[in-house]
Amino acid sequence: MAIFNILVFPGFVFLLGFALAGEWLDRKLYARMQSRVGPPWFQPLADIIKLSAKEDTIPNDADRTIFKLMPVVALTATVVAIFYIPLWSSNALSTFTGDLVVVMYLLTIPTLTFFLGGWFSRSVYSLIGAARALSQLFAYEIPLMLAVLSPAMLAGSWSISEISAFYAQRWYLAPINTIAFLVSLIALLGKLERVPFDAPEAETEVVAGSFTEYGGRFLALFRLCVDVEMIVGASLVAAIFLPFGLGLNPWLAFVVYLIKVEALILVLSFLRTIMARIRIDQMINFCWKYLAPAAFLQLVINLLLKGYVQ
Amino acid sequence: MTTKDVVKIPLGPQHPALKEPGNFILSMKGELVMEMGVRLGYNHRGIEKACEQRSYLNDMYLLERICGICSHSHSTAYVQAVEEIAGIQVPARGLYLRTLVAELERIHSHLLWLGVAGHEIGFDTLLMYSWRDRELVLDLLQSLTGNRVNYGFNTIGGVRKDITDEQKQDILAALKPLTERTKYYAEIAGQELTLIKRLKDVGRLSKEDVIRLGVTGPTARASGVNRDIRKDDPYAIYSLLDFDVVTAETCDVYGRTLVRVGELFQTYKMIAQILNELPDGPITAKVPRKIPKGQAISRYEAPRGEDFHFVRGNGTDKPERVKVRAPTLPNLQAVSMMMKGGYLADMPITLAAIDPCFSCTDRMIELHDASGTHENTRSWSEIRELGIQSYRARGVDFAELGKRLATKLERVSR
Repeated sequence: MAIFNILVFPGFVFLLGFALAGEWLDRKLYARMQSRVGPPWFQPLADIIKLSAKEDTIPNDADRTIFKLMPVVALTATVVAIFYIPLWSSNALSTFTGDLVVVMYLLTIPTLTFFLGGWFSRSVYSLIGAARALSQLFAYEIPLMLAVLSPAMLAGSWSISEISAFYAQRWYLAPINTIAFLVSLIALLGKLERVPFDAPEAETEVVAGSFTEYGGRFLALFRLCVDVEMIVGASLVAAIFLPFGLGLNPWLAFVVYLIKVEALILVLSFLRTIMARIRIDQMINFCWKYLAPAAFLQLVINLLLKGYVQ
Repeated sequence: MTTKDVVKIPLGPQHPALKEPGNFILSMKGELVMEMGVRLGYNHRGIEKACEQRSYLNDMYLLERICGICSHSHSTAYVQAVEEIAGIQVPARGLYLRTLVAELERIHSHLLWLGVAGHEIGFDTLLMYSWRDRELVLDLLQSLTGNRVNYGFNTIGGVRKDITDEQKQDILAALKPLTERTKYYAEIAGQELTLIKRLKDVGRLSKEDVIRLGVTGPTARASGVNRDIRKDDPYAIYSLLDFDVVTAETCDVYGRTLVRVGELFQTYKMIAQILNELPDGPITAKVPRKIPKGQAISRYEAPRGEDFHFVRGNGTDKPERVKVRAPTLPNLQAVSMMMKGGYLADMPITLAAIDPCFSCTDRMIELHDASGTHENTRSWSEIRELGIQSYRARGVDFAELGKRLATKLERVSR
């Protein structure tokens, strides 16, 4: 059963399917909002298959081991993270005290692999993209961490399952975390390197950033990783901030979960549609000037409320 | 600052930010651009030389292909010069129609620019929207001239096609949605925060520098220089049209955006006026095949700035010399000035803000001899000989092939 859970449901196979569906939904919504037709439903899968069939090219100067290893590490880290996030009930596949920190850590790994992969590609565009990815990490990671810690503080637990159970019982407390919810959504945009925070892979400036030298299977893995990261990130946000419909019968709860994640994807696509890419210095300024203080404010509110709730 | 900290990054000749090949070497310190070097010459097509071997009318079609966006600009600038040499009076209706297409072209060029600018700053929605709206104009141009680009609408002495009442109504009908959409873009430019943040104070070019470098078009007007050939040296029917020259005082990319959007409104106004005042009569004048001896210059306000043509005739049906200066040439000089001290991230939009067209600009390649002698004038046959030798050095020899071809041709002629 455990192996089935890890490999098929809700593990690897389900997650990959959901990630590709999520990518399609995102691209389709993005296209429709731009008055384009958008891709057919199988396009993300077709892209992966096509990329996988391509020849691997590794730059001569690149560190071959790291270049090949990074996409695998990135995908593994994101897939592992899903096991600690409760999806349609308050029980994750595996849980222990402090798994919130572990999930945050696992979700940081892809960005680090983007940095290392780009850095060891040894191309100027990759170098700039890698440096930008790392600077961006320092900008959004703190607000994101604070934003998910505030609800944990109120719930009095550092386990995502317990946080989820806490808010599922006291649904009226969930709206208190609205600021943290918005902060985490914006930080998620930064994590996924999407417009307006896509400076690390800005096509018109640094070609494809860290991914400039990547192609074939390796690029396919990186793309899968970003797709999975979107689903995992959205699931995490849904588990912590949207604790609704968890007590329903499993099938219904599953549908509610899918709707929640898709709604979050819609919001992310919408934000991507209406904004221009901001410069990396503007991004860092924005995160430290507005995002981090907002997350702090939430932390203070939750600290004050904590005594009152208990 | 030591030289060790400075990283040199090539932008181009192949790069996603560039739609045409051009090479820019950026000396970077972190994300800051210290210096920028420009290298052009990837698109030299020898059009000016080719013009000398074709008849005046054929040259018009050739020159139209200098640029895919402002094709009408080049053909009009050229025919104006030829008409001046030949002393041809173009009928009023011909001039009106020429101006109509010119202004429609300006709409499509400015909408295209807006989309490209959006893409350069990662605002792809703007690209999709403005290019969708651009289709309206392209459809009009197609129905009017038969082509979406490279219209072939001009001819020496007038225009090739007349306009029907139906087409007139179509154009007037299309002006309404276009005006509405442009108002929407003006609104976006005034409200969207990320857009303003990316455009304001980027690529600054002072008024003094504009005058010193001879910058033209919207780039100059955005720095508060009231410079528009349509007003300063009116051609066609611009002296009869009622329009304002749009300027901005911000001297940055944001100003260049506002100027272009503002110009769109002026253009809509002009098109309505042209159609309302369109006189009856012939659309073209009779032109002799041989153009008399003489020379003329012609200036034209293309969407990107001043387009300059010089034509010298020697009394035959072929011009002796045609010289073209596209608006990108003076504007490109200014880009390195705009870039100094800027961010790498602003490089694409700063370059795009002058609406560059490298292939329009490439007029010559200067050959620098490795030996250091600066003898650059070479005759046509010398260049041919040089080409043959350089191929021979690389192991490609056409001499045998040439002989075989010659014997074959001889046999055929017998």
